[in-house]
Amino acid sequence: MNATTLPHPTRRLILQGAISVALIGLGNLPFGTAHAAANDKYPEEAFRQKSEADAIKALYGKTAEPSDKIKLDAPEIAENGGVVPISVTTTLDKVTSISFFVAENPSALAASYRIPDGTIPAVANRLKMAKSSNVVAIIEADGKLYSATREVKVTVGGCGG
Amino acid sequence: MKARISLLLGSLSAALIAFALASPRVVAADKVDPVADAKAFQNFFFQKFPTVKHEDFVNGPYSVNEDMKRQWKEKEEFPPYEFALDAGKEMFSTPFKNGKTYADCFPNGGIGIRQDYPYFDTREGKVVTLELALNRCREANGEAPYSYVKDEMASLTAYMAFTSRGKPMNIKIPDDPRALEAFENGKRYFYSRRGQMNFSCASCHVQSPGERIRAETLAPALGILNAMPIYRSEWAGMGTTSRRFVTCNSQTRAVPLEPQADEYRDVEYFLSYVANGLPISGPGARP
Amino acid sequence: MASSIRVRATNNGDVTEVQALIQHPMDTGLVKAPNGELIPAHFIQELKFECNGKDVFVANWGTAISKDPYVKFSFKGARKGDEIKISWTDNKGGSDTTTAKIA
Repeated sequence: MNATTLPHPTRRLILQGAISVALIGLGNLPFGTAHAAANDKYPEEAFRQKSEADAIKALYGKTAEPSDKIKLDAPEIAENGGVVPISVTTTLDKVTSISFFVAENPSALAASYRIPDGTIPAVANRLKMAKSSNVVAIIEADGKLYSATREVKVTVGGCGG
Repeated sequence: MKARISLLLGSLSAALIAFALASPRVVAADKVDPVADAKAFQNFFFQKFPTVKHEDFVNGPYSVNEDMKRQWKEKEEFPPYEFALDAGKEMFSTPFKNGKTYADCFPNGGIGIRQDYPYFDTREGKVVTLELALNRCREANGEAPYSYVKDEMASLTAYMAFTSRGKPMNIKIPDDPRALEAFENGKRYFYSRRGQMNFSCASCHVQSPGERIRAETLAPALGILNAMPIYRSEWAGMGTTSRRFVTCNSQTRAVPLEPQADEYRDVEYFLSYVANGLPISGPGARP
Repeated sequence: MASSIRVRATNNGDVTEVQALIQHPMDTGLVKAPNGELIPAHFIQELKFECNGKDVFVANWGTAISKDPYVKFSFKGARKGDEIKISWTDNKGGSDTTTAKIA
């Protein structure tokens, strides 16, 4: 990889450095309550976890099984990793929460939404993605966890438009 | 790497073809014929992308890439330039210290006039862009000029573009040899290679729209200014036409000019003129 | 100072669709400023929508939400003219609140 192919060589260095900084930086934050999706507290602990599995465990205390009743909509190739439109809908009943994870981000948990009675189990939001990654939606329905996964390719921007 | 070399080699011939297609009759090299140029320019894109509706070219890379178009439409449900637009509207209606407003500086109070810019000022003998006119308005009213590239200037032009949405670009070349010269200078700037990468504007935006350069899909040159100013996700913010020119130059490793340098004014004149008839779509959202 | 929150809430008979866009840097704490110093993390942690005295949607966000966050959801049980209250708080103690009528 030579200089001509990388008009912004510093950007990648920043991203690499960022991961270690994230871990150190977030270490200062107070501990939150585990399994916070079930209650009103901000799930600090889950947002601190690096891996998707650890984040799901911290948030829900259990594991999810894939479900074809979830429709996760995400672009195949993100036009910009900073703004990736991602949405989910489901035909599952008794949904109480919906969460989004970006497996390859420095911290996997991106967002967790509480779905009260009477709210349709569907959310659209825009996420940041550090690089190409699986995006996972976890839906909590009737006390069980279900998941849907999609791969989104991310190419670091630099020129064009 | 191979792709890049062929792109470099190909772009010169494509530029030639673009104009050859345009002028079946032989035009003397020293004759400036903006009407024929505009027709040729538009036809080149219409033929290159036969399925794209003509008025869609003003939507940049989204006009030529379906997956991106879908992401863009989702963003447009609540577009990221919304805050700039609101700020621009408020700034536009807020009087200067002397009590006057921007509306006093522009025809029709500045509303619905974006499509007439840039224009050739026959007194000054130069091209006047909307950004330039806005700062001149400020200075004439005792206010400091804004940065040309973003923030307030982007907000103001966003609002002015928004009030002009759908109006066809309507750039005039008055009967003045200096106006023709400005057009010709702009065209020359657009097709001239420069910088360490030896790219011209046309290398990317005429030769390769819809193709990827590194990570991103290139926008067609036709109608590219109709969407200005733009919120670019890459910038995480708004940018003006000036910003677009400056960053295009620096990304191809050429030395950017000062915003509103004569060459930039001329290339804006050329690019806007050849988009005559296509609707104003700004403010836009781009990757 | 205009509100940091833009809301569109439209009722279509049974269902009310809500879209919100919030002006916020959502800094990750991982990006350096031009002077080489890290920009500290600054992000919305909780965003809440209430209607008729009841939470209808609660978001817990980390730093992976895009700058100027956007969210869309729908809920049942409200009518045109009802008021939605939207409020957010961020990790630095910042907050904002606004209300919007359902159209």
